[in-house]
Amino acid sequence: MLKTFTKLAVAASLTASLGLAAAPGYADTIKIGDINSYKRLPAHTIPYKNGALLAIEEINKAGGINGDMLELVSRDDQGKPGEAIKIAEELFSRDGVAMISGSLFSHVGLALASYAGQKKRVYLAAEPLADALVWAKGNKYTFRLRPSTWMQASMLAEQAAKNPAKRWATIAPNYAYGKDAVHAFKTVLKSLRPDVEFVTEQWPGLFKIDAGAEVQALQASNPEAIYNVTFGGDLAKFVREGKLRGLFKGKLTVGLLTGEPEYLDPLKGEAPVGWLVTGYPWYSIQTAAHDKFRNAYQARWNDYPRIGSLVGYNTMLTIAATLKKTKSLKADDLVAAMEGLSVESPSGPFSLRAIDHQSTMGAYVGTTALKDGKGIMVDWKYLNGADYLPSDAEVRKMRPAN
Amino acid sequence: MGFILAQALTGLSNAAALFLVASGLSIIFGVTRIVNFAHGSFYMLGAYIAYTTMSMLPGIIGFWASVAITGVAVGLIGVIVELVVLRQVYKAPELFQLVATFGVILVVQDLTLLTWGPEDLIGSRAPGLESVVYIMGEAIPEYDLAIIALTPVVLFAIWYLFNRTRWGILVRAATEDREMVGALGVNQSWLFTGVFFLGSLLAGVGGAIQLPKGGADLLMDFSILSAVFVVVVIGGMGSIPGAFIAALIISELNVFGVQLLPQSTLVLMFVVMALVLIVRPWGLLGKPEKPGQHGQVGELARPIAVMPTKGRWLFAAVLVLLALLPVLDDSFLLVLMADIIIFSLFATSLHFLMGPGGMVSFGHAAYFGGGAYAAALAVKYMGAPMEIALMIAPLIAGCLAIIIGWFCVRLSGVYLAMLTLAFAQVLWSIVFQWGEVTGGDDGILGIWPSEWASNGIVFYYLVLIIGSAGILLIRHVLHSPFGYGVRAGRDSFVRSEAIGINVKLMQWMAFAFAGALAGLAGGLYVFAKGSIFPDEMEIARSFDALIMVLLGGVKTLSGPIVGASSFTLLQDWLSRFEYWRLVLGSMIILLVILFPQGLVGFARDKFGRLINIRGEDHA
Repeated sequence: MLKTFTKLAVAASLTASLGLAAAPGYADTIKIGDINSYKRLPAHTIPYKNGALLAIEEINKAGGINGDMLELVSRDDQGKPGEAIKIAEELFSRDGVAMISGSLFSHVGLALASYAGQKKRVYLAAEPLADALVWAKGNKYTFRLRPSTWMQASMLAEQAAKNPAKRWATIAPNYAYGKDAVHAFKTVLKSLRPDVEFVTEQWPGLFKIDAGAEVQALQASNPEAIYNVTFGGDLAKFVREGKLRGLFKGKLTVGLLTGEPEYLDPLKGEAPVGWLVTGYPWYSIQTAAHDKFRNAYQARWNDYPRIGSLVGYNTMLTIAATLKKTKSLKADDLVAAMEGLSVESPSGPFSLRAIDHQSTMGAYVGTTALKDGKGIMVDWKYLNGADYLPSDAEVRKMRPAN
Repeated sequence: MGFILAQALTGLSNAAALFLVASGLSIIFGVTRIVNFAHGSFYMLGAYIAYTTMSMLPGIIGFWASVAITGVAVGLIGVIVELVVLRQVYKAPELFQLVATFGVILVVQDLTLLTWGPEDLIGSRAPGLESVVYIMGEAIPEYDLAIIALTPVVLFAIWYLFNRTRWGILVRAATEDREMVGALGVNQSWLFTGVFFLGSLLAGVGGAIQLPKGGADLLMDFSILSAVFVVVVIGGMGSIPGAFIAALIISELNVFGVQLLPQSTLVLMFVVMALVLIVRPWGLLGKPEKPGQHGQVGELARPIAVMPTKGRWLFAAVLVLLALLPVLDDSFLLVLMADIIIFSLFATSLHFLMGPGGMVSFGHAAYFGGGAYAAALAVKYMGAPMEIALMIAPLIAGCLAIIIGWFCVRLSGVYLAMLTLAFAQVLWSIVFQWGEVTGGDDGILGIWPSEWASNGIVFYYLVLIIGSAGILLIRHVLHSPFGYGVRAGRDSFVRSEAIGINVKLMQWMAFAFAGALAGLAGGLYVFAKGSIFPDEMEIARSFDALIMVLLGGVKTLSGPIVGASSFTLLQDWLSRFEYWRLVLGSMIILLVILFPQGLVGFARDKFGRLINIRGEDHA
């Protein structure tokens, strides 16, 4: 009997607690919905959230938006697009957010973009890299902050073209991002250097790399230079096996995103040396705006910023700038305010292009080195995103008119 | 020549970790008949624990001592899981333990994140084996050679344990006939605990020895799981030499596949598994399951009867309530309920196969995703309106189920389940890779309802009507001669054949029917979300459906609906909290222990009388 009672009690409490979901709203608060994969890839999304929260706190401390406080409502999408759509609906209809931002995975970003276009609600994609987000699948209500796959790959291709290497090999995870990254790099490099040839393409499954075999296969094709798109655990395994088996010796290696602290730091003393990479050298950027950001971030979170932190921070700065520009929270007014919006950020000024809603935020390109048993980027420069975006005519061709 | 040798050696060394983890799973399955989804979690824990111990114990001795310590530590964690969770539910119906292991996965994921933090950890190289040796001019890492040498030692040790020690002989006896071993006075519980210790230990060691070739990250539990299942199934469940051979085959194929067909890396092992199972339905070295051996724990499902009047009223009342929902003017509630209705239909279709059909499917997402993609492709390429797309979805999914079912009905039990998984994975990889048509993992976007149904309330009613019609249709079919035939085939193959029922045909048709309705759910889903991605065909989606059915109670008819509702609501509610996986996992484990018959099964047993149900299975 007692056992039955316990079971009933558990069932009842479960049911009861399910009813208590929605939280009440506050007057004079502008809510921003934030959707990201906080559990699927915490190493990337937690720095993002920390950067975003820091920006919100600073904005509110400075008096908010014309006296209104900003509030970030963060939700975990479990890395599932369907889940993200459901949460977006809840954020808009229950929490009453003005707009949503966030996401790291491209497919989640694309799903949210489609939702934004259909429901006419504003979505500022923070980190997803898929080119389609603003081009082939772009729509009026979707904006994107981070430099996309095409932009970062063309930055690297431009630098790589200066190297005499002719025989190139590529290795990229077997999914959309990897394919886009290889396609963009090949296209740009070929256009700059018609004499290069791509001797092999390797496509390991994402997070399922068989590093030893891939390295052997790359070696067998005897390339002069290698373009790497693997990241995370795959990158670690690839670098280790490659070094062990002497793959990188005397070859130029180019790594997309490899210089980002998220990917470089776990490698510790085994970080590759002399790779040409895009990344984020937070330790050696010396501008007043970035110093201020770095110091504030380290003081607030007792940790150093990652690229995600910078993107999170810039995302909130962009939203704040939008809200300062328009008093109305209607989607169409927000869109009008965002088109052509200029933002001052720790990584320098950027704007949201009216033609395709891509920001001109750039990326840092440099060479990897080892310092104190840690990988860093040296000889880097900041390349402005605006210089690596397609012309208006090309955008019009790619982007559906609306 | 040197290159081929080098690749072959790489394959051999890859096989080592795979074999260790797979043999652990195989041993656990062979004896306890538990399909342990949490085995990947033990592997992940092994990697993390070894990372910590290796950083504390330097040098060659420290390294190998760490491997041993890790093995024991993970073994003990396995024992805790067995004692606290699984021992409570051995008597539960078929495959129910699987839900508990799913809860364990969630709990371990969050505990690992709490303990070791989010960043990927790179394992240190093995001291004394940091460099390479040159064989025929090719550089071969010394560590690879070391673990190649280690594998046969482990294989021999396991063989010795099972063939030359008393404990091992008892375990083998229990594998053959658990009842008999129990009758002879052997304490089965401790035998099971011991087996769990050994199985988890092997997974932990597997995680530890791969450290110098990789590292520890939070996704490795799932990324090894499918490979391990494939190895165990190809080898034959419960067979250690089988697992060894299968690990070798898979690893070598992968290594050479990388060279010859770089794009094949996703799908190769599933194709091999499907081929092996079609030719040898019990794996390479497995034994055919004896009739009644698998999954016949607990009582047989009782016959079902037409729902009594009170039950009908209850059902009608729920429908009326659902129809009144838009009065609340909460658009999110409608979206959430639409999700629940869609998943209820999806789960109910799986239940038709699993419960009355007696065929467990680990790949039911193939039809759900297949229907969703059929609808999305119809819209994208044929400009079909929603109404047509929603008709195409079940048709295509049904056709897929006819093809897959044709192969699957030749098998039974876990092998059948694994073959469905293999087909689902092959389908998934087609959708994933065929970017020009399916959009790859960037999916198909902008598939929204027709103009008249684009209003949230109208679409909700559409989902409610189609969803409940689908569920009622499944119930109706269960009470039709076809439904009786399917159940007869499950309960007694021989007798059914004797009275003239073509059991295989019945099962094949059951596949098609269940697949079509899952496809209908998928079609609704794509219009609810506006886009579709390969995720919806992935193993995780199949598992979701499985959990829903089992949580609700596989031997009840309304179980899948209750399971789908409670699982979706729990997930929706809990994901608001930071460590929601920990809470959700613990809750699932708690539910499993408290309600081993499933939620509806429990309610029926306790309160069946209230609505005039007297012991028979009306609910």
